[in-house]
Amino acid sequence: MAPDVDEAVEVVVRESYGRLVAYLASTTSDIEAAEDALADAFEAALRSWPERGVPERPESWMLTAARRSIIGSGRRRDTAQRALVSLAVLADERAEPAEHSVVPDKRLELLFACAHPAIDPSVHSPLMLQSVMGLDAVRIGAAFLVAPATLGQQLVRAKRKIKVAGVPFRVPERDELPERASAVFDAVYAAYGTGWDDLEADRRRRVGLVGESLRLAELLCELLPEDAEAHGLGALLWHTEARSTARRDADGAFVPLIRQDPATWSVDAIGRGDRHLMAAAALHAPGPYQVQAAIQAVHNRRRSTGVTDWPIVVSLYGTLLAMRPSIGAAVARAGALLEAEGPDAALAALDGLDHASVAGYQPYWAVRMEALLRSGASGQELSAAYAKAVELAADPSVREHLHRRINDG
Amino acid sequence: MEYMLIFTEDDDHFAARADERAPEYWAEWSAYLAEMGASGIVTYGAGLEPPSTSSTVRVRDGVRSVQDGPFAESKENLGGFFVIDVPDLDVALDWAARSPSARYGSSEVRPVMPGPSAD
Repeated sequence: MAPDVDEAVEVVVRESYGRLVAYLASTTSDIEAAEDALADAFEAALRSWPERGVPERPESWMLTAARRSIIGSGRRRDTAQRALVSLAVLADERAEPAEHSVVPDKRLELLFACAHPAIDPSVHSPLMLQSVMGLDAVRIGAAFLVAPATLGQQLVRAKRKIKVAGVPFRVPERDELPERASAVFDAVYAAYGTGWDDLEADRRRRVGLVGESLRLAELLCELLPEDAEAHGLGALLWHTEARSTARRDADGAFVPLIRQDPATWSVDAIGRGDRHLMAAAALHAPGPYQVQAAIQAVHNRRRSTGVTDWPIVVSLYGTLLAMRPSIGAAVARAGALLEAEGPDAALAALDGLDHASVAGYQPYWAVRMEALLRSGASGQELSAAYAKAVELAADPSVREHLHRRINDG
Repeated sequence: MEYMLIFTEDDDHFAARADERAPEYWAEWSAYLAEMGASGIVTYGAGLEPPSTSSTVRVRDGVRSVQDGPFAESKENLGGFFVIDVPDLDVALDWAARSPSARYGSSEVRPVMPGPSAD
């Protein structure tokens, strides 16, 4: 097969996959049928394009081929349900001129369906990555540390629920939009976080999930340009991404944020983060993603100023906790207090947290250990914090870092 | 699409139907049902007598046995149901959220299976 045909198919896949799935599924809520039809369409393209050449509008060609496949499968299976789907697709095709060159963008509607409250939150991210970004279950499963077969079943179940329970493909009304959009943002952030946390994973795989999450965040800013939190999410991801390679030294050892060399942070990513933060600020609607982005932006300021404004970091975590309380933000605030005011303030903040909810949370023990070390404490309390921090650390290089801290003091 | 709204209540609320709290209990449900009726979405629905009036039948190897009570003992029991015809799940969830049992028990939303093809 001619390489340019391969490439043409690849381009349509990369650029149009989510758009085509979203559009095909939008009238029927049937994501599975849309994905199957699209797979048939790609096969047809690989058969036809080498002989007849790449069509002028490959995306429209794909849409037509996918629709034929849906109608064909309706005839083959001849069940009432399939026939209804075919009718809906036919009606849709007539409603719209054949020379339509750009497929209407229903990806936002699809994203809202994927993160619908009636769908199990743990599958929101994988479902978006599969249906909007076209990632297969093997890749998503590897990133989320779930067996592909298990994940595949969860995805099939979620898609069936969307179809059978009639989860609508629509952008929520203004009054419910913030809450529903926040579920979409959370799913994108979870996908990014999964890629980010995976220090151990091979670099390519990390780039895959991180790259797709960044693209999803950019897409959300494009689809929800008036939503300050969409830009907040974009800003948070880019400001975090700016430091992604600085977390390891040349020997692969873990480097905590305060010891990172800012010269290794990406100026390009910081710039993108700042642009999103400015776009968000112009919309005058503060929210938790913007605050988290601001915290990371303050850290990244060290690249140009050489210092970190810790009191501002402390106060921003306070703002975040007021908006969206979480154990992660409370522990991070204590970590910032350690730098801004010293170990006593940090330990007091840590002591004030609910013991049951921090017992299994690694950063709590890591911050506690660091605060105890700096207060000059030794003995049982310190060794207990060290033991818990090591025990709960998933990453060997983090365990090694804790080990060095406790020995070097 | 048709959805069944399934209202579940605990024993205390079943009791509230018939004790001094009855006027308040029924006023809430009447208002809700009137609103639902007026919107023209109701296919069919009814309240149910308490689980203590229920009988459960099982046939095993052709032998019929009848048991006093609902199919499973639980803290919350089916108190009533309505089948409504609305455009999508979001509308059905909105109706379920307005039901009194959503505030003190739970209200489940289940799509009704489409019948055999009409054509």
